[in-house]
Amino acid sequence: MLSKKQIFNKGILAVAPHMFSVIPFGIVCGAIGIELGFSPVLVYAMSIIIFGGASQIVFLQLLSGGASALIAVTSVGVINSRHLLYGAVLSEYLEKLSFVKKLLISYLVVDQGFAESNKFFQKNRNETHLHYHLLGSGGTLWVCWQISTLAGIILGSFVPEELGLKFAVPLTFIAIVVQDIKKLDHVIVMITCGLSSLLFFDAPFKSYIIISPIIALFVAALVLRLKK
Amino acid sequence: MTWFTIIIAGIITYFMRMTMVALVDRNLLGERVIAVLAYVPSAVFPAIIFPGIFINDYGTFIEMNDPKIFGAIVAILVGYFSRNVIATIISGLFSYWIIIFLL
Repeated sequence: MLSKKQIFNKGILAVAPHMFSVIPFGIVCGAIGIELGFSPVLVYAMSIIIFGGASQIVFLQLLSGGASALIAVTSVGVINSRHLLYGAVLSEYLEKLSFVKKLLISYLVVDQGFAESNKFFQKNRNETHLHYHLLGSGGTLWVCWQISTLAGIILGSFVPEELGLKFAVPLTFIAIVVQDIKKLDHVIVMITCGLSSLLFFDAPFKSYIIISPIIALFVAALVLRLKK
Repeated sequence: MTWFTIIIAGIITYFMRMTMVALVDRNLLGERVIAVLAYVPSAVFPAIIFPGIFINDYGTFIEMNDPKIFGAIVAILVGYFSRNVIATIISGLFSYWIIIFLL
């Protein structure tokens, strides 16, 4: 049985490599906000209040493009609705926590933290202090996100656009799913999701980001039925 | 007004994170749903990966000889064989930079 501290540290170590993507993306996020003409305090506050990379950029782009507040809020909601799926997966491992702890830990659930902690949970179901892994991974991501968006706000236009730092985002997620390309069922689900996301890319409110996982999960259900 | 909008967006995002963890009883989900949930990472992340590679900042499809495709292929190969997240990200970024800056 691992101690709380050991599991917490494992969580930190599990997401640490993703900082090679999170930090450049955070810098880009901060820089874009300033470039679009928003006040530094406002751009930074989003990293605390929303704490969701892609949705923060989309939100500011929509508002600066003259979209209504309703459209901006709806888009953020749609983009971040994938967290409902993460929550559904994690709930199994967080079941025993008190209601208040569940409320607090939820704030820290983001893509990479979910992915890495979920991998740990699957392999260590019997540990008692599982949620410390999520605290370690989510906490690390939170701190680095705050620092890097701040850096982007300060550096602003010094960040050369030609570097294409946003490309680090798909790369970090490739690193997360790449070992599953050994399994045919997962490959089918991944390709379904990927192709759907391109097909529905122009759907309103960036809804491709939740439409394609839903289609892919239906295909996963079909695959499961065929496997039996 | 912008501040108010951000706070609403933040509250909605928080609810997305919290609902399934704190408000929904897992026993409400059937066994079949729980089995399907094992596919969530494979069903969600490609929706971030594919557009991040194949669609540019202006929302249009890239050419088939775009350096991002090369970078992604390098990252997949390096990631698969090295099992290392840092190597995956760095190899993808560097191979992309080599093409756009040196060739």
